[in-house]
Amino acid sequence: MAKYILKRIALAIVTIWAVITITFVLMHSVPGNPFATENRKIPENIMENLMKKYGLDKPKSEQYIMYLKNIARFDFGESMKQDSETVNQIIARGFPVSARLGVQAIIIALIFGPALGAIAALYQNKAPDYISMIISIIGVSVPSFVLGSFFVQFIASKVDWIPISGWGEFRHTILPSIALALMPLAQFARLMRSSMLEVLGQDYIKTAKSKGISRFAVIMKHAIRNAILPVVSILGTTISNLVAGSFVIEKIFGIPGLGQFFTTSVFNRDYTLIMGVTVFYAMVLIAMMLLVDVAYTLIDPRIRLTKEGH
Amino acid sequence: MGKLLEVKDLAVSFQTYFGEVEAVRGISFHVDRGETVALVGESGCGKSVTANSIMKLLPMPPAFYKSGQIFFEGEDIVKKSEKEMQKIRGDKISMIFQDPMTSLNPTMKVGKQIVEGIIKHHGLSKDEAKKKAIEMLDLVAVPQPEKRVNQYPHEFSGGMRQRVMIALAMVSNPELLIADEPTTALDVTVQAQILDLMKQIQDKYGTSIILITHDLGVVADMSDRVIVMYGGKLMEEGTTHEIFKNPKHPYTRKLLDSVPRLDMDRSESLHSIAGTPPDLYKPPKGCPFFERCDEAMIICKDHMPEKEYHTNSHYSCCWLNHPMAKGATEGSEI
Repeated sequence: MAKYILKRIALAIVTIWAVITITFVLMHSVPGNPFATENRKIPENIMENLMKKYGLDKPKSEQYIMYLKNIARFDFGESMKQDSETVNQIIARGFPVSARLGVQAIIIALIFGPALGAIAALYQNKAPDYISMIISIIGVSVPSFVLGSFFVQFIASKVDWIPISGWGEFRHTILPSIALALMPLAQFARLMRSSMLEVLGQDYIKTAKSKGISRFAVIMKHAIRNAILPVVSILGTTISNLVAGSFVIEKIFGIPGLGQFFTTSVFNRDYTLIMGVTVFYAMVLIAMMLLVDVAYTLIDPRIRLTKEGH
Repeated sequence: MGKLLEVKDLAVSFQTYFGEVEAVRGISFHVDRGETVALVGESGCGKSVTANSIMKLLPMPPAFYKSGQIFFEGEDIVKKSEKEMQKIRGDKISMIFQDPMTSLNPTMKVGKQIVEGIIKHHGLSKDEAKKKAIEMLDLVAVPQPEKRVNQYPHEFSGGMRQRVMIALAMVSNPELLIADEPTTALDVTVQAQILDLMKQIQDKYGTSIILITHDLGVVADMSDRVIVMYGGKLMEEGTTHEIFKNPKHPYTRKLLDSVPRLDMDRSESLHSIAGTPPDLYKPPKGCPFFERCDEAMIICKDHMPEKEYHTNSHYSCCWLNHPMAKGATEGSEI
């Protein structure tokens, strides 16, 4: 197991290097620079000084190597647009906010999504099936900004103790968590429904029934654990998407998370911030994938790693 | 020896989108204590439906009991509720399925799967249950049972998994074991081992077995009596000796002709039965074997023959065996 995790970490470093390189090339192939603006002409000498300050006057190859060296020390550099703040500070400030929202959303999605899917499968082609599939179709097809605005309009403005926007207390997180959770919840429900239907048709379910254990025990002990595997396998991507923050939800509810920087940094050509958030996101994603793969081996013994390492 | 199981005029159908499929159409048979009865026939003739309806394991709907009774120890299973059936399943009647590769839960340790039923039925403690699981694995000759009990199904070979299935089925010492093609998915040498094991266990516990198979070799080896099923009906029934030595129904004869025998002349060729079984969505009015039978007569088309007893234990359902049909030939009218 330890050997496997070490191998995965080594692979992760290679992946992150690839992410850095591709982002760096793409970023610099877009015309413009952080300091050019449309309406204001910056005097030549000031521009030169700025470029020098951030090392942008050096050849691209040198910049690239310098950047790699800094990242090796987990230093993402100084933001070019956010005044006197380093990228590390921005991430340290925004990530806990986004992560809290994301974790709450994931918990909601994980509690209700698979349950909804399992119920749909157990009552296939009956009312509970149709109801949960309508919920999941809404969840998949309605964009989060519509849902967020809808919540603000019809819930936050009517219910006193639920604020329209802001951050700080638990009540601030209720609506955005739900808005964020609905999409993965719907995905989980659909995935769970189809895998549950498949599992319920398996021979070992019949074996379980033939032992005389109750229907409830057959479902809980034999069906759910096998049916949840596909949900677990997409969990890594879903978690990292949620904890890294959502631009839309954070904008609607006025939440100081990390999500907004993914978009604004690109518009601003804030090179260091673009690199910072992208690489950070890649790291979160890779960490979650590893975590999920380890969790997977706990649920499915067939892919459990033996001591011999195969 | 008294009757353990008596099936009377059982008919089971499936309600489908296109109409009713009559899978089992009025069959009657019985199983005595301690005997092995083979239910023989080709695919789609209603064998497995019969087996599953004894356990009430068919999904209802679409399946439903159209008529008949299934008396087990004197009580009618057809009338029993799901709760009452749960007490019988795994405790008094157990089942072994065809494919050992898919019949065990891949995410549960085999030991736990073996004792799950007996824990439910007899409330064993954790330690007792584990001891019982090891004992059962030992009984079915799985080597190193103490170690194997904590392993998962994927760590077992096909033959070993079928042994686990037998252990699972026998753990509560059931009165009746239904084996639905228990050796079909196994290779021949393993087949023989599994059959031996089943015989040993039967000798030890006196369990009655319903053996469902299309393999007549298995039948000859295992069973006391044979029931030949075709198109949802029973065609012939008799002791194994009677069926093999003196088959009375043309279908039984054709089944026997399609199996290689050691005493066969090398020049003799094996015969397959041409055609396919009837569509039970619209079952034929007369003898279901009519279309594939070389000896069919006009009466066979529209009239199902009655049982004709040859001995106390041997009957067949064929117009050829009707007292008035003696000497009749193909195509002749009665």
